[in-house]
Amino acid sequence: MPHQKTRKEGSVSAKPLQAVNDFVVKFANINGSGSASANELFARSILRMGVPISPRNIFPSNIQGLPTWYEVRVSESGWLGRRGGVDLMVAMNPQTWDKDLQEIEPGGYLFYDNSKPLPRSKFRDDITVIGMPLTEMCNANYTDSREKQLFKNIIYLGALSALLGIDAGEIAQLIGEQYKGKEKLLKPNLNALQMGRDFARAKLACPIGLRVERRDSVGDRIFIEGNAAAALGCVYGGATVCAWYPITPSSSVAEAFTRWCQKFRVDAASGKNNFAIVQAEDELASIGMVVGAGWNGARAFTATSGPGISLMTEFIGLAYFAEIPVTIINVQRGGPSTGMPTRTQQADIIACAYASHGDTKHVLLFPEDPKECFEHAAAALDLADRLQTPVFVMTDLDIGMNQRLCAPLEWDDRRVFDRGKVMTREELDSGKDFGRFLDVDGDGIPYRTYPGTHPTRGGFFTRGTTKDRYARYSEEGPVYVDNVQRLLRKFETAKALVPKPVLTPAKYPARFGAIYFGSTSPAMQEALEALAELGIYVNALRVRAFPFQDEVFDFVASHSKVFVVEQNRDAQLKTLLVNDAGINPASLIPILHYDGTPITARFITSEIGRLVAALNVRPIKTGKIGKTDKAA
Amino acid sequence: MTYLAKPRLHHPTLPLNKIGFTRRDYEGQISTLCAGCGHDSISASLIQACWELDIEPHRIAKLSGIGCSSKTPDYLLGNSHGFNTVHGRMPSVLTGANLANRDLIYLGVSGDGDSASIGLGQFAHVMRRGVNMTYILENNGVYGLTKGQFSATADAGSKSKRGVANTDAPVDTVSLALLLGATYVARSFSGDKKQLVPLVKAALAHRGAAFIDVVSPCVAFNNHVGSTKSYDYVREHNDAVNRLDFISGREPIHVDYAEGEAVSVAQHDGTVLRLRKIDRGYDPTNRIAAMHYIQQHQAAGEVVTGLLFVAAETEDLHAHLNTADVPFNTLGAKQLCPGRAALDKLNASLR
Ligand SMILES: Cc1ncc(C[n+]2csc(CCOP(=O)(O)OP(=O)(O)O)c2C)c(N)n1
Ligand code: SF4
Ligand SMILES: [Mg+2]
Repeated sequence: MPHQKTRKEGSVSAKPLQAVNDFVVKFANINGSGSASANELFARSILRMGVPISPRNIFPSNIQGLPTWYEVRVSESGWLGRRGGVDLMVAMNPQTWDKDLQEIEPGGYLFYDNSKPLPRSKFRDDITVIGMPLTEMCNANYTDSREKQLFKNIIYLGALSALLGIDAGEIAQLIGEQYKGKEKLLKPNLNALQMGRDFARAKLACPIGLRVERRDSVGDRIFIEGNAAAALGCVYGGATVCAWYPITPSSSVAEAFTRWCQKFRVDAASGKNNFAIVQAEDELASIGMVVGAGWNGARAFTATSGPGISLMTEFIGLAYFAEIPVTIINVQRGGPSTGMPTRTQQADIIACAYASHGDTKHVLLFPEDPKECFEHAAAALDLADRLQTPVFVMTDLDIGMNQRLCAPLEWDDRRVFDRGKVMTREELDSGKDFGRFLDVDGDGIPYRTYPGTHPTRGGFFTRGTTKDRYARYSEEGPVYVDNVQRLLRKFETAKALVPKPVLTPAKYPARFGAIYFGSTSPAMQEALEALAELGIYVNALRVRAFPFQDEVFDFVASHSKVFVVEQNRDAQLKTLLVNDAGINPASLIPILHYDGTPITARFITSEIGRLVAALNVRPIKTGKIGKTDKAA
Repeated sequence: MTYLAKPRLHHPTLPLNKIGFTRRDYEGQISTLCAGCGHDSISASLIQACWELDIEPHRIAKLSGIGCSSKTPDYLLGNSHGFNTVHGRMPSVLTGANLANRDLIYLGVSGDGDSASIGLGQFAHVMRRGVNMTYILENNGVYGLTKGQFSATADAGSKSKRGVANTDAPVDTVSLALLLGATYVARSFSGDKKQLVPLVKAALAHRGAAFIDVVSPCVAFNNHVGSTKSYDYVREHNDAVNRLDFISGREPIHVDYAEGEAVSVAQHDGTVLRLRKIDRGYDPTNRIAAMHYIQQHQAAGEVVTGLLFVAAETEDLHAHLNTADVPFNTLGAKQLCPGRAALDKLNASLR
């Protein structure tokens, strides 16, 4: 079958893009075709060349057959947010061809399998088209259909390395690491890689305008998924019981916890496990187990996503009211209902902050990247014990299920677990007064005892009904009020214990502020720089926890307007700021991105630019505002 | 309603058990249930069993769901920690508690609404997992606490106090427990302390999921003619399969002269169950035969009571999960945190 000749660059109507270490490559594949590992090799090889990347999986709720994409942003400047737009599309899925082609920036590049000729109308004339007879090559070299499929991925990887100037040695090295101990698989993979490279060098115009050049911009950063990091945080933070029910995008937290525990938590002498992981029958049971373990003095957590949170709410209220430590890692996805199960959002803020009926409020932590997933997970276990209440780690699919560059994980060996206020047998024996709900220290946090502590003292009956300071059932109004007022004091105490917000000051004094949190972080950082280039200076405050500290209040008070940037429709963080911190809603302007894709710097820049213009204030410098936004 | 303090006057002549506690030491708050409620009789049997077994009260953790039945843990073992959880979800909380500290004895108390209606799922899974516990279901065929609605264990055709007949098929928790792998399954009657106390003692000594369904008439809503869970109905239709002697391993084992009619089952902790068979053909070590027997008698309108099944060789959830021998809640950073050096190594592998 004759294959279509690569078009000459001269025939492209837009000037072909030229960029070194700053572009976006997107792979359009079919789910289950084995492309994921080849695509990851592509990403990692660039990383090994010292150039930062941020890859993102865009996948369907499906196991095999539906379209899936892998988007790699290459950014020497280190911008790790999603950029929007595609410079090179590796179009391997006929189903999504038209849509994929639309996404390419003018002057961009298309790489495709030209084994079967396509009509001219299927192409654009403002992009560079690079065809390669991948199917043909596989048919000629392999007989097994599985091999044909798998090696096709490695062949295009080889070709891309030649087209983009990626060091093939790095890829070979990575393949070597991947097949360590399985040498039989190593050789054919290296052959396929070489086959792709040779073809590209002989038949295609290499390199194209997009190129990778070796740098030293990665430093000591590590590359890890947020879910794996959160799970590791649970190991370091001393969780022994994990109960969970599978749900995307949180399942890999429990799966990673299992792997880490097998590595770190099997007692060398006895061969027994210092952990228990139960895949429960549903989220009612998984949270119930965590509540039971927490009540009994073990550190326990569950990981879930929106629908699971909905099921857990009755228990969350019990844990709040009966004051039981609980750690919940909520890897948020697009809601409501089943919503967009494989897309990202920050839309469970209110659902978690006020989870359950009656007056309840819960501690939330907002990690920005895998490093904070690790830190916040470990911190949540301490906070839950210290505050005797549920603590949520509010991550999302964007952080959780994508590998992200972040600073190396750190641990101080002097750190001890904060087990909170637990009265011991000795203290009971010494005659200390024990009232389960007595506010001895004035911080709203009472003392507890673990079941089985003492034969005659310190026992109490835990319940979800109202009780007095000595845990005795009571429906007296004043007794009830006394108790729930103490719970409010406890929530105040939490403010001093949760992570403080992080300020990114503008270069010049600024009248505008921006509040953001969680996975918005990299896009926000990039947007701040882009805005500054336009003469719009914005101080930015990254909120890391609820309840909000005074810093948040002061920040809002010291700006004329504050943009609140979130990935949900209803401005949920803004609602919390108004509702709980008593902030004047007139000073807050929501900037909302909620189509399920990760927020981009382009979006934030253009929105803030537009709003600043609409507010009719003259920026310090004048300049053109915002590029058009493709991701909005 | 306020908390009622129970007078704690110890009569000097009250008998002590081997560890020096009186029966009173195993009691709890004064019950707020209706006078004559079957649940209170069950509490009395539980207290008796714990006292006779010489268990230090604080070594027991008692957990329950929501309902009149689920309130009862407050009325026994006042020195033990108790947890009145949410409706139908006691099994998951008990499972988590058990994982956290394998050294305590776990007593789960539930009702038929709690276990067979809202909580049927958790009931099933806690049996499947083989959680080491004694699970008491105080079965009155109604929702007592919400005033007399049918529960899922009400027999088809049985009549509510208002005369409405139940048309739904009943959930038979004993058959379900057998089907789902419980390793100790019994049924008894709240009014039959002589049968219930040894059954509870043996259940507490059993390692694994021990389940006792106790028919417990609700005097307020389900003790009338037409109810199949009333005192009269159960007394008339009770067919006990065996009489149980529970022999603690610390005591010399009785010699039973009626050898031909007895079966001995050794439990993991050295205790021995001796079953005097009333029904000659009954073999409590055969799960399938037990299911058959129960179904057959049920069809004939008989409530079979006694120890229906006990597995000699058992493993609990801790064995399945290969967990450490010490309670998790005693482990510290030394055993649990891999430390900085391991993290540095890990960082290096993530580049
Ligand atoms: C989620 C929820 N739904 C409903 C109730 C109301 N409720 C309390 S007890 C009960 C039924 C209890 O029946 P059962 O378990 O048989 O206990 P009994 O009172 O008969 O001993 C119900 C429906 C509740 N507490 N929680
Ligand atoms: S209503 Fe029924 S179950 Fe509840 S306390 Fe009264 S008799 Fe017992
Ligand atoms: Mg009932």
